[in-house]
Amino acid sequence: MFESLTDRFEGIFHRLRGRGRLAEADVDEVLREIRVALLEADVNFRVVRDLVARIKEQCVGADLSASLSPAQQVIKIVHQELIASLGGETLRLTYASRPPTVLLLAGLQGSGKTTACGKLARWFRQQGRNPILIGADLQRPAAVEQLRVLGEQAGVPVFSDPLDPVTTAAAGIEEARRLGRDVAIVDTAGRLHVDEALMDEARRISAAVQPHYTFLVVDAMTGQDAVNVAESFHAALEIDGVILSKLDGDARGGAALSVKQVIGRPIAFASVGEKLPDFEPFHPDRMASRILGMGDVLTLIEKAEAAYDTGEATKAANKLVSGQFTLDDFLDQMQQIRKMGPIQSLVGMIPGLPKELKNAEIDEGELGRVEAIIRSMTPAERRDPGIMNGSRRLRVARGSGVTTSDVNALLKQFKEMQRMMKLLGKGARGGRARVPSLR
Amino acid sequence: MEFVLGLLAFLVATAAIAALIAGRSPRPGSGLDPPLASPFPPPTRPKRRPPPPTEEEVNRQAAELVAEAEAWLAEAPLPEAPEEPEGPEAPALEPVDEVPAEDAPAVAPPRFRDRLGKARSLLAGYLGSVRARGGIDAETWEELEEALVRADVGLTATTSLLDQLRAQVKAEGITTADGLLEALKATLKQRLSEVDRSLRFEPQGPNVWLFVGVNGVGKTTTIGKVGHRQVSEGRSVVMAAGDTFRAAAAEQLELWSKRVGAQLVRGAEGGDPGAVVFDAVERAAARKADLVLADTAGRLHTKVNLMEELKKVRRVAEKATGTVSEVLLVIDATTGQNGLVQARQFTEAVDVTGVVLTKLDGTAKGGIALAIQNDLGIPIKLVGLGETADDLVAFDPDEFVEALFS
Repeated sequence: MFESLTDRFEGIFHRLRGRGRLAEADVDEVLREIRVALLEADVNFRVVRDLVARIKEQCVGADLSASLSPAQQVIKIVHQELIASLGGETLRLTYASRPPTVLLLAGLQGSGKTTACGKLARWFRQQGRNPILIGADLQRPAAVEQLRVLGEQAGVPVFSDPLDPVTTAAAGIEEARRLGRDVAIVDTAGRLHVDEALMDEARRISAAVQPHYTFLVVDAMTGQDAVNVAESFHAALEIDGVILSKLDGDARGGAALSVKQVIGRPIAFASVGEKLPDFEPFHPDRMASRILGMGDVLTLIEKAEAAYDTGEATKAANKLVSGQFTLDDFLDQMQQIRKMGPIQSLVGMIPGLPKELKNAEIDEGELGRVEAIIRSMTPAERRDPGIMNGSRRLRVARGSGVTTSDVNALLKQFKEMQRMMKLLGKGARGGRARVPSLR
Repeated sequence: MEFVLGLLAFLVATAAIAALIAGRSPRPGSGLDPPLASPFPPPTRPKRRPPPPTEEEVNRQAAELVAEAEAWLAEAPLPEAPEEPEGPEAPALEPVDEVPAEDAPAVAPPRFRDRLGKARSLLAGYLGSVRARGGIDAETWEELEEALVRADVGLTATTSLLDQLRAQVKAEGITTADGLLEALKATLKQRLSEVDRSLRFEPQGPNVWLFVGVNGVGKTTTIGKVGHRQVSEGRSVVMAAGDTFRAAAAEQLELWSKRVGAQLVRGAEGGDPGAVVFDAVERAAARKADLVLADTAGRLHTKVNLMEELKKVRRVAEKATGTVSEVLLVIDATTGQNGLVQARQFTEAVDVTGVVLTKLDGTAKGGIALAIQNDLGIPIKLVGLGETADDLVAFDPDEFVEALFS
């Protein structure tokens, strides 16, 4: 697991307390760490070089703020630089005066174009539009069939003709006009940017349909090659926007930054799952945190939203505030946590955790043992762990197949947690209700 | 937004559990003091102990907390609740007769270098300046680092490789850039050659080769290619349409099975993938077929329930009258460092026996495969170099390494 940037900097900046400004040598050391973090996140080599140079300019000579530690300040600069690089001008979709508004989707094989087309169709319907899907991928077996199924799910008609992609696409636009559809979404076959014949075909499709918006679909787990792909497609088709797919994985997504930097077009949408509703506008700030490995609380919240029952959550909330959180609740929480994904990646999303914790090898099997310990306790013991004397602890240890020191550790940890949560509740009342900085 | 409070509860719980477990499991050579007593800094104690809150107060405080959380979250719009997609009717097969028939079975398999012709122009003279200069200086090392990182080998692996190389330079007295490059290539080739790359085939059939991986990597196409190769070598092949999730996935495999001359076993869309695979193996056994190629749905390794499903598919396949002799992880050559995480997670779940590296006919170098073999000992067995049935070759370490630096 990758250490967060904060952890990397801690040691370096420990020495800087009391100094007024950030000297160049200090900044260089920090920049090396930033470079490592970005490369590990799959940001392109050259893009990293330029970015680090820009960050250096902003850091050297910067006054050390009174409220932020030097580490935090540099991170803030880096974070903001990334947000600026990823964001900037958003793509405003304006509809053509003479319908249909044509969208063309292009990209490598397997990037997620067909699924994105289905999602766009649904999205436009929600905006009150009447889209049509045009299947111009005649290369991949059953691609049109896939699009038909997606069209059905989205409630949108699908047109395709088993001719050649260029003719089909053009015919599709005609059909769109005939049916009075105001948006036409054209799916194309995946193609390599170095395949001259196919890139030429893409140009001809574009010429035939005259798209108002051409989207490049990029897989979030793409590595260094993202720049080559983006540059070639942009040169051939003039990309208007990017759709980043498979963001529901745990790839850091540096490709997003690389692509944005080399073609300068906005990342319009983020695809966050296999189902049609898993589609949303792109958030530069979330992506910046994700690339830096800084934890992504907002994504964590979304995962929680998916896994949590509202009734459960309310109950937990009240208990949290009043300090009535019991071991049974702890057990419940563990079940919820297990639903949400490998605990290793969840821990990675929590900002502010000490690095020993983040990098710890967490064996999911251990969760089972913790569960066993709690289940070996009687309801009374779970309600009030204070009654756990030596003989009870021994009994529980035997019953769950662990040692007494394991039982001790759990009870101690739980007590700490109860205390923490009470304070969290109190602290949150005073200021903004966010996950407090735990450093 | 009450769930945010629940979130806070389990965030703390997660951290606590993690700390607990981290404390329990010893980590070699970390030099840190486990276990952590508490992951959080000691709180400042309140000066006066307040009276215990009444129920009304508790409710009021909870409501305040919720309001503040809502205000905070209002800054970041969350996606709407997912709809349940309407289950499609069993789709009618789309008459895609335009798929060209595969002819001329006696085509020599493509070689790396032929495919690289297209890519070469983009990267011409990549290390040309390095070699032209002749000697070894700081810039030489920088360019080597760049070459490796841009090949997706990963910074950690690159650093360790170059450190080793530095030692070698001292020990062997290498003085030219060419010599340096050759030494590096030799090391890489040697590392890659130390494994058994053959596809396992047990005499007692049928054999089951399971294909797994994340979405969009080329599993189904690879099965088509493998099927073609196996059929042309005289084996009888059954394809199992184990992707019961994706729209028209079974149709896609059906077209491949017809193209290459294999049998197809499929189920209903949305059905149990394990059942399809089991069914396929049993039918293959009954017909005395040699090989079952089982497709599975693409899945991100982060989805716990889908990984559980995959484990079940493997278990069910084992129970059938056949042998699971290969579990092939299909990896897209354009994948960055996440490829290593994928390999780790899939191996943990279903014990991967080999990697198929696809889409190597682009400009991506597929350096992640190096990391996968190095870190996890999993051999790269096959390479995909295009979309047609013939575009599959055995992995050749020498060609792969040469291509890394071309």
